[in-house]
Amino acid sequence: MTPAKKAKLHLNRGNALDRLKMMIRIRRFEEKCAELYTQEKIRGFLHLYVGEEAIATGVMPALNTDDAVVATYREHGHALARGLPMNAVMAEMYGKHEGCSRGRGGSMHLFHEPTRFYGGNAIVGGGLPIAVGLALADKMLGHQRVTACFFGEGAAAEGEFHESLNLAALWKLPVLFICENNLYAMGTALARSESETDIHTKAASYKLPSESIDGMNVVNVEAAARRAVAAIRADQGPYFLEYRTYRFRAHSMFDAQLYRGADETKEWEAKGPIVRFRDWAVTAGLIHAADVEAIEQEVSGEIAKAVAFAEAGTWEPVRELTRDVIAGGKL
Amino acid sequence: MTELSYRDAVRQALIDALNADERVFLMGEDVGSYGGCYAVSKGLLEEFGPERIRDTPLSESGFTGAGIGAALGGLRPIVEIMTVNFSLLALDQIMNNAATIRHMSGGQFNVPLVIRMATGAGRQLAAQHSHSLEGWYAHIPGIKVLAPATIDDAYGMLGAALADPDPVLIFENVMLYNRAGTRSDTTVDITSAAVRRAGKDITLITYGGSLWKTLEAAEVLASEGIDAEVIDLRVLRPLDDATILGSVANTRRAVIIDEGWRSGSLAAEISARIMESVFWELDAPVGRVCTAEVPIPYPKHLEDAALPQVPGIVAAAKATFGTTK
Repeated sequence: MTPAKKAKLHLNRGNALDRLKMMIRIRRFEEKCAELYTQEKIRGFLHLYVGEEAIATGVMPALNTDDAVVATYREHGHALARGLPMNAVMAEMYGKHEGCSRGRGGSMHLFHEPTRFYGGNAIVGGGLPIAVGLALADKMLGHQRVTACFFGEGAAAEGEFHESLNLAALWKLPVLFICENNLYAMGTALARSESETDIHTKAASYKLPSESIDGMNVVNVEAAARRAVAAIRADQGPYFLEYRTYRFRAHSMFDAQLYRGADETKEWEAKGPIVRFRDWAVTAGLIHAADVEAIEQEVSGEIAKAVAFAEAGTWEPVRELTRDVIAGGKL
Repeated sequence: MTELSYRDAVRQALIDALNADERVFLMGEDVGSYGGCYAVSKGLLEEFGPERIRDTPLSESGFTGAGIGAALGGLRPIVEIMTVNFSLLALDQIMNNAATIRHMSGGQFNVPLVIRMATGAGRQLAAQHSHSLEGWYAHIPGIKVLAPATIDDAYGMLGAALADPDPVLIFENVMLYNRAGTRSDTTVDITSAAVRRAGKDITLITYGGSLWKTLEAAEVLASEGIDAEVIDLRVLRPLDDATILGSVANTRRAVIIDEGWRSGSLAAEISARIMESVFWELDAPVGRVCTAEVPIPYPKHLEDAALPQVPGIVAAAKATFGTTK
């Protein structure tokens, strides 16, 4: 598809079903992960994206297969939306050898070379400079590619956020910065940690075109992403999108959520991306109730297969512990 | 054989690397218009242009991370962090990304990145500009750490580092830039330590700026009848155990000279390896000459007193002989 064609969003029955299915895939996958966590099949940190699915779902279709993605430790949704096989992602959640990172990374470090998925970065803000570098390489090598970099609003407090925005704007690099503003950096509310809570205005101060968008509406998300990617591909330099969203679940499985009330969460859940898009699409006659049921069944089957795949997976032999520390495997 | 300075050797290595591979570029603070804080890249901007001799803002974490990304994206970046002191602002990128990505991604991605930086004290730059933290970096699996002390290494290690598929850090001691010498045509490896002076009575193990002080100390010792072998580590990670342990097994005595602070130092690591492997060959406890555990002071007499010096090395070497010599 040409960039111009891709820039426009044509919402028809086919892609309405695709978007709804992707959001449901991510939601149900993570619900299964939470369940598997209580069974101790998945260990370590588990950061769920529940509530924020519209963003990864809406942004990925704006990208080409040879574009790059840099994500955070809350990246299951990005990985699935980018096209990583669910089996490999689930096996990675288990730490199995068949996982997308050979089981070494786990939930926070999903990597996938075939889709140019560069993690899975678990230091807040740490992925932004890498995205700048990937885009710098593309520019210097003459590749017409975009690097999409996802991060939360907490990253705006890190120096790397400011350094990276400045570098990308200064060097006119093809980076799409995507801030997923879910209002809490772990337990610290945005208003308690930033003097300027309109994150996209920070980007504007580095002369990046920037927008703030309702991140709970997958149609708006995708339209903005296509607009931004088209501008980047037209060699206009980096672009910054702030999506306003909300995390329905705890920060991680260790979070007692003392910092917010249940009422607030309920309020956001009522305008959640899946119910909202589903109800709208049904009302608009794009899809039918039976479609939703069919999607749920299909997704349920896919998840069951992924769990079976992960269960049947193997553990990397201990003798391979030091493999790939550096080339050749020796320390 | 060509007579040149250590600075010129690094510059020539940069020029040759830039000419040999169009994926190579240099990025860092003041590498372009200024010509490099230590004048290493003087004239390169004019020769190679601003794309490949890329001045950066004072954003150590940002441009070091960009170097990692550029390496992942198919380039062969050389990131110059002006001095090791500022590398602390890039430590997250070096440790959490450059060093981990190959292993953490299950071998899918590698980071062929070279990071050069100046290190060391001796120019009366006081506490914040006199660190020797290469030993810290040598703690990290996933990277290689080089400390060129000679003209051949100053030239040759850069090309070898660029050919390596993993991140390589090169520490250039500030006191060596003006040091002149000749360059041979031999290629150098980045895997082995070098015996810079053969001897049979004691092994003096060192690297970087301390090599020349140690060689001087070895001459003093020779005049007093002690024949010291001097090992230049060259590669601080991974350490060349075979050369170190082989020499110590032969001489039965060892002193390690390290410009890092003593506690938790590279000298401590080497000492431990000697104990572990050739303890029964030793005739004396392993000695160490390290930097005094103080922030490096500004006045020359105090700075000199804080750093390893020739008399201290000679004394430490003699101490391993007890009262017999």
